Amino acid sequence: MAGPVLEMRSIVKTFPGVKALSDVTLTVRQGEVHAICGENGAGKSTLMKVLSGVHPHGTYEGDILFEGEIVRFKDIRASEQHGIVIIHQELALSPYLSLAENIFLGNEHARGGFIDWRQTLRHATELLRRVGLDDHPETRVADIGVGKQQLVEIAKALSKKVKLLILDEPTAALNDEDSDKLLHLILELKKQGITSIIISHKLNEIRKVADSVTILRDGRSIETLDVRSPETTEDRIITGMVGRDLDHRFPERTPHEGEADAAPALEIRNWTVHHPIDQERKVVDDVSIDVRRGEIVGIAGLMGAGRTELAMSVFGRTYGRYAGGTVRKDGTEIRTRTVAEAVGHGIAYVTEDRKHYGLNLIDTINRNVSLTALHKVARRGIVDEHEERQVSEGFRTSMNIKAPTVFEPVGKLSGGNQQKVVLSKWIFAGPDVLILDEPTRGIDVGAKYEIYTVIDQLAAQGKAVVFISSELPELLGMCDRIYTMAAGRLTGEVPRAEATQEVLMRQMTKDKEVTR
Amino acid sequence: MSTDVTDKSPASAPPGGSGGAAGTGLLQLMLDGLRRNMRQYGMLIALGLIVVLFAVWTDGDLLLPRNVSNLVLQNSYILILAIGMMLVIIAGHIDLSVGSLTAFVGAFAAVLTVQHHVAWPVAVVLCLLMGAVAGSVQGFLIAYLGIPSFIVTLAGMLLFRGLTEILLKGQTLGPFPDGLQKIGNGFLPEVGPNTNYHNITLLLGLVLSVAVVWQEVRDRSRQQEFSLEVLPARLFLLKLVALVAAILALTLLLASYKGAPIVLIVLGALVVGYGYVMRNAVFGRHIYAIGGNLPAAKLSGVKDKKVTFHVFLNMGVLAALAGLVVAARLNAASPKAGVNFELEAIASSFIGGASMSGGVGTVLGAIIGGLVLGVLNNGMNLLSVGTDWQQVIKGLALLVAVGFDVWNKRKSGS
Repeated sequence: MAGPVLEMRSIVKTFPGVKALSDVTLTVRQGEVHAICGENGAGKSTLMKVLSGVHPHGTYEGDILFEGEIVRFKDIRASEQHGIVIIHQELALSPYLSLAENIFLGNEHARGGFIDWRQTLRHATELLRRVGLDDHPETRVADIGVGKQQLVEIAKALSKKVKLLILDEPTAALNDEDSDKLLHLILELKKQGITSIIISHKLNEIRKVADSVTILRDGRSIETLDVRSPETTEDRIITGMVGRDLDHRFPERTPHEGEADAAPALEIRNWTVHHPIDQERKVVDDVSIDVRRGEIVGIAGLMGAGRTELAMSVFGRTYGRYAGGTVRKDGTEIRTRTVAEAVGHGIAYVTEDRKHYGLNLIDTINRNVSLTALHKVARRGIVDEHEERQVSEGFRTSMNIKAPTVFEPVGKLSGGNQQKVVLSKWIFAGPDVLILDEPTRGIDVGAKYEIYTVIDQLAAQGKAVVFISSELPELLGMCDRIYTMAAGRLTGEVPRAEATQEVLMRQMTKDKEVTR
Repeated sequence: MSTDVTDKSPASAPPGGSGGAAGTGLLQLMLDGLRRNMRQYGMLIALGLIVVLFAVWTDGDLLLPRNVSNLVLQNSYILILAIGMMLVIIAGHIDLSVGSLTAFVGAFAAVLTVQHHVAWPVAVVLCLLMGAVAGSVQGFLIAYLGIPSFIVTLAGMLLFRGLTEILLKGQTLGPFPDGLQKIGNGFLPEVGPNTNYHNITLLLGLVLSVAVVWQEVRDRSRQQEFSLEVLPARLFLLKLVALVAAILALTLLLASYKGAPIVLIVLGALVVGYGYVMRNAVFGRHIYAIGGNLPAAKLSGVKDKKVTFHVFLNMGVLAALAGLVVAARLNAASPKAGVNFELEAIASSFIGGASMSGGVGTVLGAIIGGLVLGVLNNGMNLLSVGTDWQQVIKGLALLVAVGFDVWNKRKSGS
């Protein structure tokens, strides 16, 4: 067996306030396909950014040995010169340039500053053939599908004399056929002696192409398993991924079944949504869920599972292209084609991205809180500032928003306090159904507990709560029922009593069972 | 923080506390207040400085009653445009067409009243309607069809300029009926005994002073009711005195000439009205929301397209009003009227604290920005500075004002 081509030793990477990686060790053997697995936020992408020089030497601790020598990359260029190329999940191609131009972007075949087109085209054709593409090198990138674009990225990597290819969730955006092609190519490159690291959520994929798998959890490397060994089953990998202790504290909560006799507060039936640009792709595929008053229902899923897309498309069709499905509120079918309609029917959506979609950061707490329901503090179109201030002061106290006054710009608050402002704003709108998308992302433990308490109170007041989260312990601690999604489909529904991290993770990593 | 100083001083300071200490305390308070409200007061202070400088350089000519009256008349239309432009910029857009639109509406007014002898009040209404139509067409293209405002209004700029020349056949058309002229040149009528001053203007000044004091005091007590941080008592008193002094000084200046220009009254009403709308109306709040963070506003249920549409419709109406004022003031419609007005209005907004990315700015800011430019213009004219150097200096003023703002923001941000 060949020796290691890459060793990452005791890597520690800290961001202000968060330890993203603590003591991670990764050994990749020459010529193998090495998978990296872990929950959202386990540190996979950060580790690859350290390796490729996105986080330059000096911003992390620990050593990187490549081909037996210690390397210190100051940027991506430096790592590429050593033959380490990373392909990010979001493709980095320029859509209106040709395939050939993209392949050699930043690395042009040029003479005296002018591009040598003959050589460019000849070399590009050769590289495209190597990755299995027969498109003309002068085709624009915008005119080929995402699957082919991914292959162009690999051709670009090959042009840089790649020795170690890193692929960050390469099949997340691809359909089955394109995924298969890509995985074959990885195996083909392996035969040519190129080592690959592949980050993936899809366990069947890992079993198909990888030789070994390293599992990360909460910024630590847990173990490295030999995929070819019969003991490495999918369950074995899942155990490694979710072994986290249930050490978070949650408010005491009596499980609530909801009023079984009444119609569910929110009922989504056969909901299907297409990707806004790639309109062939179903991002949400025939999903049906329901939630009753007083109930907290979780939705678990890994990156690309379609949870946010489901929520946003139901909430005023703010994502993708609607392709089918109905929404019922308390048993009656309702229309939610605009945000105003959804809000009018008592639905609130608290976004996962509070900075871009939740708050006007340059405005005050006061005005952010009142925005969604300004009519409640206004008479004939004129806002009663007196009343508005009372409302926001009320939330500042009850939600424990840490700010000197409600006239503080929300941009100056900490993440946890910003989240409380977003929640306040939607609670003020007075909804019956709250869809909370990652409500505790990026906030500290203390603030998390406060937010759990608020969610609990909302349910106790008879609101129906949909709780989307990537943190399984959080879902287990808070929810009465948990749905799981994978690749746009509903893959399971687990009542509180039967839910464990293993059960959920198994359903979250299910790939499409029914192939078209 | 600094409020502690005053909260304690009445109780804890010994009654015999030295008068000198109180003096430095007040200065300290002023500096403190300034530092914390740099953005708010910075431009106002700059305006004050410019006024003082030019008053000195022109040996007081700048502040002669006739000149002050002129200054108001000369700048009124830019200020009217600046109010509308401020709304457009807060919403995250730009409007390049307003200069041409003012010319077009002026031409339309001339055709109506001079060629077709339409009664002037009817013509005024028709002109404002014309502005509304122009604004709503542009607003529709921008809001509902998603064509960038820069493009739509650039096209509008060319289009309305061309239409103006077509309407006027390349010639100047006038004069206007007396009633219409008054909008641009007229003064409030004089009544009552001869006092050497303009009586109604004096009366208005006094009423305004009382209203401002009443408003400020009410605001302050309301804020105290909510135990919010308020200006320390002594500083508040100083602010009131300064405000009243400024109003009375302007009143006396105007009253010792021909009285308050009618257009000043119109402008005052617009400032108060739009200031109130931007601060207190749901519509105003929604403009700030879409300019500050469009996706967040959409997800909050703000009807962003409708708001954008109305912002441009409003701009059209204000541009029409400005067009009437310009035409009335010149007593003729000219195909070359309103050239570069859009740029002056945009510059006024940015000097007055607007941000390129939207979401920031106040109506009062636009007025202050417009006055900075106006006083620079007027002062340099009095000093017989050539238009060549005037442009250079105004360009620098814009750069300095916005540069200072950026620097100040970065300093407080880090």
